[in-house]
Amino acid sequence: MGLIAREVEARGIPTVSLSSALSITASVNPPRGVYTDYPLGRTAGKPNDPASQDAILRAAIAQLAEATVPGEIRSLDLRWCENDDWKDGVMRPKSPAGQAEDDRAERTDVPQYQFEADRQAVEPNCPTCLVPGAA
Amino acid sequence: MRQEPVDYIARTREQYSVLGYPVYSWVENPAAPPFARPERPPSEWKVGLVASGGIYALGQPAFHFKDDLSFRAIATDAVVADLRVTHFAYDLTDAREDPNVVLPLDTLRRLASAGEIGALGPNAYTFMGGIYSARKVREVLAPSIADHLENDEVDVALMVPV
Repeated sequence: MGLIAREVEARGIPTVSLSSALSITASVNPPRGVYTDYPLGRTAGKPNDPASQDAILRAAIAQLAEATVPGEIRSLDLRWCENDDWKDGVMRPKSPAGQAEDDRAERTDVPQYQFEADRQAVEPNCPTCLVPGAA
Repeated sequence: MRQEPVDYIARTREQYSVLGYPVYSWVENPAAPPFARPERPPSEWKVGLVASGGIYALGQPAFHFKDDLSFRAIATDAVVADLRVTHFAYDLTDAREDPNVVLPLDTLRRLASAGEIGALGPNAYTFMGGIYSARKVREVLAPSIADHLENDEVDVALMVPV
């Protein structure tokens, strides 16, 4: 995403990138960032928690309005829960003596629907499906 | 106890090493990024939204898991209950429970209603992510998404990775 932010910014549109993966975001180095110390997959807040969602986006807006240094990532003082034990298991064996494993889904080029009914609901010709390079 | 941020680069390196995978090279851009500053205050911004994380709307085809370079335009007045999420690499539980955690449409609409931002662009742009070729992202996907944001005449853009 940082690569896209850099391209958009280069066109003159200021961007701010949310992040919950600080080392990756710092390496890709987008124009501005806001870091939230949550597990991946909740970059824009906790589910059904408008207070946490608003807090992150307000910080992003402020960062967009105020940042003067290219590449600055502002860390927010938000916590996922009262302790950080969730971090111990990230990308690690499920037990101390366990085997490392790759729990990602298989890479396949077949569309992966959330619900089977979604497949039947697909509209023909899909005008909102965009393919880079297509006219 | 408070712990440091999870270093996903280091953990990926450890995990790949134990599994015998080849070393994964993260994108590194040590040079300063491009930098443009907003010309007007937030209350006057039309805000663009771009999200990875595999979000599609009911009526659209889902993404696939193998370097999917396609993207979707989702109207920013879409009903959140019509959003779907699919991905090979992260825990989808909360994104499926409340898609705002990866595509903050209700959040942005709340802030627009409160006058904290001006408005949303007509569309959010969503894609899969997890594309192995940084060159294809840089040369193919990024320019195309940027073209759409330019056409939408947004003042700023919010980027939401997972």
